Amino acid sequence: MKLDNLLWRFLRRESSKDVAKNRLKLVLIQDRMGIEPETMEILKKDLIALLSRYFEISKVGLQMDLHREDESIALVANVPITSMKIRPDAQAS
Amino acid sequence: MGKAFVVTSGKGGVGKTTVTANLGTALSVLGKTVVVIDADIGLRNLDIVMGLESRVVYTSMDVIQGNCDLKKALVKDRRSENLHLLAASQKDDKTSIQPEQMRKICMELKEEYDFVLIDSPAGIEQGFQNAAAGADAAVVVTTPDVAAVRDADRIIGLLQQRDLNDISLIINRLDQAMVKRGDMMDQEDVVDILSVRLIGVIPEDDAVVVSSNRGLPLALEPNAMAARAFKRVAQRLLGEEIPIPEFREPNWFTGLIQRLLNS
Repeated sequence: MKLDNLLWRFLRRESSKDVAKNRLKLVLIQDRMGIEPETMEILKKDLIALLSRYFEISKVGLQMDLHREDESIALVANVPITSMKIRPDAQAS
Repeated sequence: MGKAFVVTSGKGGVGKTTVTANLGTALSVLGKTVVVIDADIGLRNLDIVMGLESRVVYTSMDVIQGNCDLKKALVKDRRSENLHLLAASQKDDKTSIQPEQMRKICMELKEEYDFVLIDSPAGIEQGFQNAAAGADAAVVVTTPDVAAVRDADRIIGLLQQRDLNDISLIINRLDQAMVKRGDMMDQEDVVDILSVRLIGVIPEDDAVVVSSNRGLPLALEPNAMAARAFKRVAQRLLGEEIPIPEFREPNWFTGLIQRLLNS
């Protein structure tokens, strides 16, 4: 029975407590910042609009997420650029 | 001048009342004078867990309404001279009491008692706000599961917003067998997530249910694992340096050795 347990642990990819911990860390980033998923979506749209004035960007493969590193939280964005715009769209005031 | 602690968790069912009753008992056994307050107006249960339900005559509501003075409303524990209970009214609700009134009761009690432990209702609404109003410090209770830890994080945030920064964490109902299997977060995982000072880990123990069945707080039974854990929490609250026992998952090698030795 004990050996059974041990084998199970070898075979299993990730223990359920690690899954729990990772899920908690992610959800707490949003909880702590008070950022709702809708707010994240609006932020995403705003950033795309801003970046689109300077670059042609591909929305395929675009990623934007909050990441926790130790005690700080970072906004990490991966924005594939297909080409530069020769002249930025003149919208800035 | 004593110190008032709010015992809180956010999520219900993690053991706030059990912790309040047992920590209060353990502190009184160590010679401290203690009042435990049931702040769950309308859903009173600290009295029945402590086996004092038949002795309650007055409640905190009677004190607030001036039906009796504070001293008269306190119920003495059956076994401990130093331990008293201030019960909650069962027929009122959380809106019938104001934070300022709770603060006044706590101030008055702190003048005569070493410890005032306030058993907060679950939730983050007015019941919690009332319970926290008179507190100098907080004991946050959680169990090692995702729902309770998430709510504990929320409650810690709310305590800090109120400038209650003296926060201690108790992890309740830790199942050592599940931790060893990797199926339950251990104390290090929980502290890593919540980043507050841990003052105790209470192991899962059938004796806790048995003791509340009987209405005799566990802390007086030296053989129960949970009772010893509560005693250590009380000692740490009094400033003693007592290491928290490790219930860590062993690495594969020590795990193998342990398993071979045990089989």
